Amino acid sequence: MIGDIDPLIINLTIFVLAIFVGYHVVWNVTPALHTPLMSVTNAISSIIIVGAMLAAGPADTDWGVWLGAVAVTLAAVNVFGGFLVSQRMLEMFKKKDKKGSA
Amino acid sequence: MSANMVALAYLVASVFFILALKGLSSPESARRGNVFGMLGMLIAVATTMTLTENWLLIIGCIAIGAVIGTIIAKRVQMTAMPELVAFMHSLVGLAAVFIAIAAVNNPVSFGLPAVLPAGSKLELFLGTFIGAMTWSGSVIAFLKLSGRMSGTPVVFTGQHLLNLLLAIVMIGFGLWFFFSDTTNWTAFIAMTAIAFLLGFLIIIPIGGADMPVVISMLNSYSGWAAAGIGFSLGNPMLIIAGSLVGSSGAILSYIMCKAMNRPFLSVILGGFGSDGGASIADDGTQKTYRSGSAEDAAFLMGNADSVVIIPGYGLAVARAQHAVKELAEMLHEKGVNVRFAIHPVAGRMPGHMNVLLAEAEIPYEQVLEMEEINSDFSNTDVVLVLGANDVVNPAANVPGSPIYGMPILEAHKARTVMVVKRSMGVGYAGLDNDLFYMDKTMMIFGDAKKVVEHMVKAI
Repeated sequence: MIGDIDPLIINLTIFVLAIFVGYHVVWNVTPALHTPLMSVTNAISSIIIVGAMLAAGPADTDWGVWLGAVAVTLAAVNVFGGFLVSQRMLEMFKKKDKKGSA
Repeated sequence: MSANMVALAYLVASVFFILALKGLSSPESARRGNVFGMLGMLIAVATTMTLTENWLLIIGCIAIGAVIGTIIAKRVQMTAMPELVAFMHSLVGLAAVFIAIAAVNNPVSFGLPAVLPAGSKLELFLGTFIGAMTWSGSVIAFLKLSGRMSGTPVVFTGQHLLNLLLAIVMIGFGLWFFFSDTTNWTAFIAMTAIAFLLGFLIIIPIGGADMPVVISMLNSYSGWAAAGIGFSLGNPMLIIAGSLVGSSGAILSYIMCKAMNRPFLSVILGGFGSDGGASIADDGTQKTYRSGSAEDAAFLMGNADSVVIIPGYGLAVARAQHAVKELAEMLHEKGVNVRFAIHPVAGRMPGHMNVLLAEAEIPYEQVLEMEEINSDFSNTDVVLVLGANDVVNPAANVPGSPIYGMPILEAHKARTVMVVKRSMGVGYAGLDNDLFYMDKTMMIFGDAKKVVEHMVKAI
């Protein structure tokens, strides 16, 4: 029966459930960490690098591959920039933490 | 790798992304959460690598991106976080557009049929137009936040009508693309161009202090763009990651709007403070205020039992966070109970003030949210307002005021109020602030950093 279902419906199911997961997880984020939340989610949204890699993937190179390569570069800036700057910010919350509990 | 293995690896990556967000529920678990996020990304990229043939090209591109991204992350000033986030949203948007164009050009490389089915076209249409709007909207947000473009709203007559017409035309081109038998590049490119223009037009009327909403909204868009691309590629990981980001941004927008007591739509339609703002202040009487020096203020704070510091965007502009930390430490040594009160929309992005105070190594037990501290103001000796205005304006309690109903930090209930400000100019809402004219209020004019440094010397 599952084979008869349009993949779009299955994707839609995943989509709706993921929104619920996101909704519940994000409401638990402490307001003090809202800026790191934005930079972490921003880093996660650079998951589209996967799509960019597929675009840059085919061996027979045409302009679409180059476009994909540019997209890979843009998304990679975001992956590294996003996660590293989040780490840098969260380290600052750590220092304070140690000081506060000492 | 078999398709099933790839799908399973993507599932693991998706779980890591959920754990990354879950970690942010407390500062202790947040760093581990971020590491989970990195692991998820690593798994996703390594797995996708097995599906591609141009390894050298792709690794080269990732390396270039890695160098640029790392340099940016290491060098950026904490005060510049809002513009950095806006800049990074724009990258996601642009990448989404490029991917969609590449997919229309060569569907087979994405595992799609050579002639795009209607469903894929619809998904590509969604991914492209959300991506394009994210890009141009974020570029404008970046220019406004970094001061390269004026933060004042750009408003003209017929603005909303123009946007509506453009949106209709864009959807028209989308339908044309949708119903064409062959790949209709004219329709696709026209649609993308209009989406770029719309992103630009939608953000220009939104002013500086509404930026926390805008930046959260663009955060949300960038997630939906990723989810849209996920639908086109039939990739559940992209859908999950995109929805997580999309709902996160949406929730942040909601929290920000609630903190300003303004409907989301009115923020997005923009132009706040451009009309009717002066009605309350214009009663003809010349109000008087008391101004003092940093030394007077330092003396008062040094002799107080409790001091609450309310930072605002002015603190970020003046980069005064380290000076403030010194001030707080000195007062603390004198036995003064020093705390910080943060309004949800203080600064230019959610949590902006928290990050600045964290950078200055101010212990976060001293940093309180609005609900935690509001009941304490009546027992507070001195409130020091540093570059904040609308968030402490008692006009929020006056029916008929443009900001009526907005939750504020109740600084006016403290015994003494000191306001550090560059001038008597109005805040973002264009409103005069009665707090400044109260008998117990002392105005200290000057750059927040210099004033605070003077206070430190005087104590």
